[in-house]
Amino acid sequence: MNQAFLDYYNLQPLLTAIHTWLCGFMPEGLAIFLECVVVGIIIMVLYAVLAIILIYMERKVCAAFQCRIGPNRVGGKGGLLQVPADVIKILIKEVFKLKNADQFLYGLAPFLVILASILTFSCLPWHNGGEILSMNIGILFVLAASSIGILGILLAGWSSNSKYTLIGAVRSGAMLISYEISIGITVLTMVMLSGTMDIHGIVTSQANGWNIFKGHIVAIVAFIVYLIAGNAEANRGPFDLAEAEQELTAGYHTEYSGIHFGFFYLAEYLNLFITAGIATTLFLGGWMPLHISGLDGFNAVMDYIPGIVWFLGKTFFVVFLLMWIRWTYPRLRIDQVLQLEWKYIMPLSLLIMLIMAVCKVYGLVF
Amino acid sequence: MESFSDYIKGYASGIKSLLVGLRTSMKVFLEPKITEQYPENRHTTLHIPERHRAKLTMIHDEENHHHCIACGLCQMNCPNGTIKITSEMHEGADGKKKKVLVKYEYNLGSCMFCQLCVNVCPHNAIEFTNDFENAVFEKNKLVLTLNHKGSTLAK
Repeated sequence: MNQAFLDYYNLQPLLTAIHTWLCGFMPEGLAIFLECVVVGIIIMVLYAVLAIILIYMERKVCAAFQCRIGPNRVGGKGGLLQVPADVIKILIKEVFKLKNADQFLYGLAPFLVILASILTFSCLPWHNGGEILSMNIGILFVLAASSIGILGILLAGWSSNSKYTLIGAVRSGAMLISYEISIGITVLTMVMLSGTMDIHGIVTSQANGWNIFKGHIVAIVAFIVYLIAGNAEANRGPFDLAEAEQELTAGYHTEYSGIHFGFFYLAEYLNLFITAGIATTLFLGGWMPLHISGLDGFNAVMDYIPGIVWFLGKTFFVVFLLMWIRWTYPRLRIDQVLQLEWKYIMPLSLLIMLIMAVCKVYGLVF
Repeated sequence: MESFSDYIKGYASGIKSLLVGLRTSMKVFLEPKITEQYPENRHTTLHIPERHRAKLTMIHDEENHHHCIACGLCQMNCPNGTIKITSEMHEGADGKKKKVLVKYEYNLGSCMFCQLCVNVCPHNAIEFTNDFENAVFEKNKLVLTLNHKGSTLAK
């Protein structure tokens, strides 16, 4: 199969050229340090911009599902400046200290949550040659790093010295740990199909067809299971027990204000994006263009669309699916959430893994 | 074995009801939205439901005739004492004495829009209209006279 399209927009030669140019007039260590700083700033800016886009999208999509039109006054038609205005409002709010709270842990918790989110965020395969954190156990690293977020949530709930936050944190801890099993198993299923744990490897293995087509029915069911469990991981409805406005005011972040609250809020939306991004990587081919075998002209046109457009397009499609789920179903009770995981989702994901192994061994996948 | 088949049945019916929910919400997503962008659209696309009760009015035809016979049923039925009718006795051409409406006073400020007055009116002389922008700065401006100047009873 002709795979020349992999080189159309490859960033690797450009990045190597920049690196050699920098090494020309400074020591290599300094060059690498400068590159790390620049990449770090790019990640932060991308993170903030994507959060603003996602919050705006959430408001508009939620409004449409409730037969409204959403924000439409601030910033001309469509309310485009509503979210930036909210961001500025959150930035200028006071960050206060609680009496009788564990000051160190109270201050640390939002940073743990945002750290986990940014670490997993930088593992996403943005573009051909544009991976930021790339290693041969990439997907395992994503699973491990995203677990730091649970620690942050538990610490936030514990250190705030309030009943609401503690109950919210414990609920969310129980739920996240349960659903991580399903996520792990479905991720393993797709690793089995691709034959590698490297995120770049998983994407390139889908050059001749996305995993969701290669693994046919099994992969589609695994995709659905991953979406359900990923929705729970991102603490979003119908699994938003951690917040449960009616019962716990705002759950684990009740006592936070200003930029600390902003961190939790940001991480929540970016976790949604990361869940969608990992789903895109595992099932929908990351930055790989859509190919239909036999239609060469169509395939050639698809190849000229840059990888980042494919990645963002697919990811926002999955984000839309997750929002559709969120704004359709009512919230589950804590016992129902755990019952759903342990009695329905987990056995199903084990079954999927078994069937996938059988299919792989007998060559029943494409 | 019984419980296992129940488990599978429960699984299937659960998935089916979840899909029905998704279909319903997608239908709403694609529908035209019901939000009214009020101050901007007051002269263009504003839609007020036909039966909305905003303001009591007396129906007058082109020749400035109304149908009120000043019977006072609306005044008697009003729970808030919002309506005050002033009438006079007139002697008609046939020598019969007849009540004639002089002034129909209606206090918008104390009206609770129960529509009892409209329902009780034997001649359908009054109705509620959609004219809802009734805010004023002074309380006494809420007291309205419903019969037009110089209007008479329709023959």
